[in-house]
Amino acid sequence: MIELLAIMFLGMVLGYFLRNHSKFIHVSNKLGIIIIYLLLFVLGISVGLNETIISKIDTIGLKALIITIGSLIGSLIFAYITYKLFFVPKHEK
Amino acid sequence: MKNSIIILCFFICGLMLGLTKFLPDILIENNLSMYVLYILLFVIGIGIGADTKVLKVIKESNIKIILVPLCVVIGSLSGAAAISLFLTDISPKEAMAVGAGFGYYSLSSVLITEINGETLGTIALLANILREILTLLATPIFVKYFGKLAGIAAGGATSMDTTLPIISEYSGKEWAIISIFSGFVLTILVPILVPFILTPF
Repeated sequence: MIELLAIMFLGMVLGYFLRNHSKFIHVSNKLGIIIIYLLLFVLGISVGLNETIISKIDTIGLKALIITIGSLIGSLIFAYITYKLFFVPKHEK
Repeated sequence: MKNSIIILCFFICGLMLGLTKFLPDILIENNLSMYVLYILLFVIGIGIGADTKVLKVIKESNIKIILVPLCVVIGSLSGAAAISLFLTDISPKEAMAVGAGFGYYSLSSVLITEINGETLGTIALLANILREILTLLATPIFVKYFGKLAGIAAGGATSMDTTLPIISEYSGKEWAIISIFSGFVLTILVPILVPFILTPF
């Protein structure tokens, strides 16, 4: 999976050097959006063809919600601690 | 919100098409998606590299802003791992990979599909869209009970764009810079952390 990072890093270097070529950046961003639509469409097709997923799509939705709640609560707790320790102005303590 | 609806539409159209089963084999037997994923990561990289707004933020800010994305990473991963103990067929590792999407549903779902399969990929898509929607709806409540960083933390990677307006409205404009910075760092971390969590050593 290291190749994924290498490819993204190459893109970042190229993007940095071409940052003022707004037309190039615009086309690249548009291409990204189109690819995302395409990949999600393909993901939809493979999910539609996969009978195991379709038969338990309701529990999949519930699991997604549960994991989201877990990561939200975790983030909020750590954000609260970080805020109280480092970001509250001294005179308000 | 508009974007997540469009993305969901594409997913649902594909789903409907898959359900009909009237598909040429060439579409079903695709090994192209890995290469398409490479192109996607490349153009995402270009977008990140060209984003000079964040460089300016880093120059003007205090070092402690790095704590913000850090606490979102620790909170999301530990929260997802902890709650997975209540789920019978999702391992803490898989839940952490879903949590490591930080609301970046498009990239995290295709990455996870490629590495782990469609089931977890679909969970990642739904979970991370839900994260964005819940942030848009509940940021006023989060900020009230968990402080000014709450909206930024809930938004995850989306705090640099889609959830930025609601965050700066309820935490205050002075938090917008931290919000952009945190979202940016988390956006870069998604393709780093997701494969890292899922790849066995």
